[in-house]
Amino acid sequence: MSAVLQNLVNQPYKHGFVTDIASDVAAKGLSEDTIRLISAKKNEPEWLLEFRLKAFRHWLTMTDPGWANVKHPKIDFQAISYYAAPKPKAKLKSMDEVDPELLRTFEKLGVPMHERAALAGVAVDVIFDSVSVTTTYKAKLAEVGIIFGSISEAVQNHPELVQKYLGSVVPAADNYYAALNSAVFTDGSFCFIPKGVKCPMELSTYFRINTQDTGQFERTLIVAEEGASVSYLEGCTAPKFDTNQLHAAVVELVALDNADIKYSTVQNWYAGDENGVGGIYNFVTKRGMCRGINSRISWTQVETGSAITWKYPSCILLGDNSVGEFYSVAVTNHHQQADTGTKMIHIGKNTRSTIVSKGISAGQSSNSYRGLVKVMPTAAGARNYSQCDSMLVGAQCSANTFPYIQVRNQSAQVEHEASTSKIGEDQMFYFAQRGIGAEEAVSMIINGFCKDVFRQLPMEFAVEATKLLGFKLEGSIG
Amino acid sequence: MVQNSQTLLEVRGLCASVNGIEILKGLDFTVKRGEVHAIMGPNGSGKSTFAKVLAGHSAYQVTAGEVLFEGKNLLALAPEMRARAGLFLAFQYPIEIPGVGNSQFLRLAYNTAQAERGHDELDPLEFDDLVREKMKLLEMSPEFLERSVNEGFSGGEKKRNEILQMALLEPSLAILDETDSGLDIDALRVVSQGVNHLANKDNAIVLVTHYQRLLNYIVPDYVHVMSAGRMIRTGGKELALELEERGYDWIEAEAEAAGTLS
Repeated sequence: MSAVLQNLVNQPYKHGFVTDIASDVAAKGLSEDTIRLISAKKNEPEWLLEFRLKAFRHWLTMTDPGWANVKHPKIDFQAISYYAAPKPKAKLKSMDEVDPELLRTFEKLGVPMHERAALAGVAVDVIFDSVSVTTTYKAKLAEVGIIFGSISEAVQNHPELVQKYLGSVVPAADNYYAALNSAVFTDGSFCFIPKGVKCPMELSTYFRINTQDTGQFERTLIVAEEGASVSYLEGCTAPKFDTNQLHAAVVELVALDNADIKYSTVQNWYAGDENGVGGIYNFVTKRGMCRGINSRISWTQVETGSAITWKYPSCILLGDNSVGEFYSVAVTNHHQQADTGTKMIHIGKNTRSTIVSKGISAGQSSNSYRGLVKVMPTAAGARNYSQCDSMLVGAQCSANTFPYIQVRNQSAQVEHEASTSKIGEDQMFYFAQRGIGAEEAVSMIINGFCKDVFRQLPMEFAVEATKLLGFKLEGSIG
Repeated sequence: MVQNSQTLLEVRGLCASVNGIEILKGLDFTVKRGEVHAIMGPNGSGKSTFAKVLAGHSAYQVTAGEVLFEGKNLLALAPEMRARAGLFLAFQYPIEIPGVGNSQFLRLAYNTAQAERGHDELDPLEFDDLVREKMKLLEMSPEFLERSVNEGFSGGEKKRNEILQMALLEPSLAILDETDSGLDIDALRVVSQGVNHLANKDNAIVLVTHYQRLLNYIVPDYVHVMSAGRMIRTGGKELALELEERGYDWIEAEAEAAGTLS
């Protein structure tokens, strides 16, 4: 039975191929010159170069955060290339001009682009290495006033909007990796939903790291004005390399009065092999600001990839009656390490937050939930409910929960529930005795365990996530 | 050995161990269709081990002997294939499976069995009708369908849930491992009625029990006494009454004298 369960979890990574495509890669190393080069390549305005340089100078004074429950050798930031782009022939006018090799890559990955995008009704922005390759549906979205595309384009076409909101939620000096990102980010998505507009379709960005020894530093900024609403999906994969690659993204969300932003991620970066060689270091800062009254920001994440995940999608609940939500499934196998969770900062009155975290560890992996619920003196009537469940698959993995709760207003109500369970041999035997094989049994148990999170995902994503977990855990119970 | 279509299970010289300790030491046992057998015996005699070995629990290693089930080599089959072949074990301690809905679990088990027999699978609505019908037999509230498998069930509720599964899967051989333990008189009556209702001339039932009390409700054709990993005595239903009165020592002593107990 052990062997069956082991095989079940140890399915090979399906997105590990490299696309043979000409890339424009900057020389390795990081200095003010690198930053000037990136900025010049992107033809950026002076204020953005200043933003970058300021961030870089601050980053030089900072040290690598050592508090996370993860272990890795010191990162040599001079050994990374900070800019890699598929070589464009000229500026792309339509999908037909995209390098066919690139399109085939996305086809292999199952990215709904092109006509498939139309069928699926999803508008997709694709980031290949550091650069946004194409955005579908832009025109249709523009009709209702929605701006959706790469952040580089937004810098050119809507500099006032970018300048107004960039760094407003995650300041350049926020933390080590956010500062690094602010200095060197090369592309990312930008999305602006004007006042009163309900975005008519799911917006989606697909990230892919293709080039070896590059870092990916994308920057996503989503702004929903008064009464606007949007649901945004993000997917990620990378080829297999035996060196570690750094992915240090920043995502900022701004919700004004009565606005609603739902941000869903299925993260499947290459996780390294079964001996822990290679894989992505996923050091990401995601934060949303519920700036307006009755605004709402909801994070849903399914984290299955990356050698190391360090990620805390958070909400600052500034507006009265604003709502923050965090739904997370994090799966680790082999030697993967995940330290992930959220921060809910209650500032406005009657602000509410919900945290549902499901951690599944298999193999020799380590999976930690780390969360902060902070109720400020101003947040009268604040409420939080947190639920953190861990599931262990096998006997060599670990699960940890680090909940931090700081309450400075007596009228607040904060609840925290936690549980740890284990898929045991006796459960598997019970299924088997009823004729149900190991694969189906594991998938049933895991889906049962994760259903509170999966039901938050948009339909197509929920299906994908369920499948992904099945692959991920094939073979690991024993 | 003589094999005819009436023989359902044939166990010959079965030896099995757990963690290197031998528990079953050359066990012989034959069950024909339409029969009800009771296996009794002192604690630690290997009754539950025998049940788990037949079902294929991975903690036990079979070191010698053979088991034919409907003429096929049972020991060569993975546990789920044994179940699909029609062998059912009602567990002594049914395990809880949090997060997995009971109705979803029952339906998957049922449809797996249906597929194995070449019958149509049922969709959730059709299955719901069927399972509710079966639940009436066991006087179970439909509310159990909404809960996770065995989670938070009382001892008696878990046992009913086991017999419910037996009713759905219609196995040709059902082994009930101490299904009576932890049941009050009313529950024992209901569960026994359920089992009796399911027994017919084509299937067989093996009851593993400590108490003759169960045998008042489910009347066996044969009572076997197991000791130190073997069957040491087989008799009719009256043997259970004698055991109730006199315990096991005298049979073990007789077996020892006859040299059948090592």
